[in-house]
Amino acid sequence: MKKHWAILVVDDETVMCESLAAWLAEDGYTVATAASGREAIALAAANDYAIYFVDLKMPPGIDGLETMMEIRSLHPEASVIIMTAYATVDTAITAMKEGAQEYIVKPCNPEEISLLVGRIIKVKTLQRENLMLRQRLTKQYSFHDIISKNPKMREVFDLVREVASLRSTVLIQGESGTGKELVARAIHFSGDRAGKPFVAVSCAALAESLLESEMFGHERGSFTGATERKRGRFEQAEGGTVFLDEIGDISPKLQVDLLRVLQERTFFRVGGNVEVRVDVRVIAATRVNLQEEVAAGAFRDDLFYRLNVINIRIPPLRERREDVPLLAHAFVERLSREIGKEVGELSEGALRLLMDYEWPGNVRELENAVERAIVTAKTHVLTEDDFAFLRGASASANGWTAPDSLPLEEVVRQVILATLRRTGGNVREAAAVLGIDRSTLYDRLKKYGVDR
Amino acid sequence: MLALAAAGAVDGEAVGFAEACLASTLGVDTLRVGPFPDPWYAYDTARGQYSSTLILRDALERRPANAAKLLVLTERDLFIPMLSFVYGQAQLDGAVALMSLARLRQEYYGLPRNRALFLWRVRKEALHEIGHAYGLTHCSEPLCTLSLSTDIRQLDAKGGDFCASCAILLRDAVAAAQNAARGPDRSGGVT
Repeated sequence: MKKHWAILVVDDETVMCESLAAWLAEDGYTVATAASGREAIALAAANDYAIYFVDLKMPPGIDGLETMMEIRSLHPEASVIIMTAYATVDTAITAMKEGAQEYIVKPCNPEEISLLVGRIIKVKTLQRENLMLRQRLTKQYSFHDIISKNPKMREVFDLVREVASLRSTVLIQGESGTGKELVARAIHFSGDRAGKPFVAVSCAALAESLLESEMFGHERGSFTGATERKRGRFEQAEGGTVFLDEIGDISPKLQVDLLRVLQERTFFRVGGNVEVRVDVRVIAATRVNLQEEVAAGAFRDDLFYRLNVINIRIPPLRERREDVPLLAHAFVERLSREIGKEVGELSEGALRLLMDYEWPGNVRELENAVERAIVTAKTHVLTEDDFAFLRGASASANGWTAPDSLPLEEVVRQVILATLRRTGGNVREAAAVLGIDRSTLYDRLKKYGVDR
Repeated sequence: MLALAAAGAVDGEAVGFAEACLASTLGVDTLRVGPFPDPWYAYDTARGQYSSTLILRDALERRPANAAKLLVLTERDLFIPMLSFVYGQAQLDGAVALMSLARLRQEYYGLPRNRALFLWRVRKEALHEIGHAYGLTHCSEPLCTLSLSTDIRQLDAKGGDFCASCAILLRDAVAAAQNAARGPDRSGGVT
């Protein structure tokens, strides 16, 4: 049975190369030979071999160890077997230190080399199968770059498909880092407007006046620095979708302007008196509970009802822990490629740690954690040590200890504030976490003079 | 046409038995050539063995033009630089194959002579090496004679025939070699 694995034999002795290549070819491998380190490196740069047999002693130029190091810099996952006729402990240690997977003394027993090659190929076959299965799994659970097998998320996908081609406004609710913009993009790119622009505006990032100009554009001379007329995001999105992120952060004045756009599909540029008409679908997103904001009088109820025609809630990552391995593997695959580091695996220990972690920053935090681990990783497998920084974060979040001299009331105040920060200002969620009624929490906030 | 040759003085019965096994299993005409000279040129004084690669190179030069494949048999113990010994070696999908009788006898292992076992091993090794010459690689079926044997116990554990899959592959390879030897088919067309 053909094994479809390529092997490169590097030795300056022709008979050595020829005979080992022939012996390996009889076993079904595709074998190439190189008579020097330079030739081997050139071949390795152009091809990907599963195993490299490299003779330690080669004539002046590039010796076996240097050849191996060059090959490993080209293919960090390559398995290099160093061959030598003179076994010394020093050379063996050096070879293994520099990354040789095996070190064999020639001549060796046919059984030894057969088992060695078989073992390496078995591991590589498993790695390849593992990667293929994971890719298949990711594909199966992937929807417009959102990966999930969680039933609630599958319902979100179904809802996205259903509403994609409608013009109705959508309100996406979810904690920071849950992928609200990805869901908005999925709606846009699954529907009739896919060929038109998708324009995102972060309402939290800009001051009121700038945000107004950003959304609706401005006329020349409308304010200092407005040297020419500028089209706003609504105009840029003509025929497509405007995604308003963190809609809960917009000012009362902008709430009125936005309400007008949603009702009339018209607006005025800043400093302008010509009504501009647009055909734009609005998708808004918020990390805070807008209903509570309405109840607290911080958000207009008429705007809320206009926005909340279709409501999509994205569950936080801690409510869909089954997605953590899927997402982690997908991030490892993508980020290792982007960073240019050959990291392809997550150890069981690392996965356990990731599964146990609370992920207050949700999918974005997981992505950042994987990126940080890849950057600092020493081998091609990410272990729990590579995610040690999460243990500290977890301990500080969970293993809270009371300071020595702090009034109880102040401790309660700080706990309430910390919980509110963690829930992104969501009072209902914070109340649930603290185990108190929402009204009690409101009372406390009022008492402490806390401005949410 | 499949040719067989002895390199140096070789057990005549073993050569004849190998020839009969190949002819009956492959269904091809055989031809005895040689004998070729004793492979002194391939002797390695440091190892006290003979380089199978150098003998194969010599065999390639001596192969008769009418033989699609040539199997050379020798009494000499063979090696390749990487390995302590080899039972034989072949050009994969090539013209020549080589096998040694040295390690096929019980006496080599300090055991009493067993002629029947020796000839049975000759059959296995001859079929194995010529299988490679016809382009077949090692088989994962442990009983198939094309499975890899790295010691005499493994050689004895496997069977003396090709498994069903290898038999089909070999039949096709033999037919392809025969067609190639006949040249382009000129029988087509109605006159």
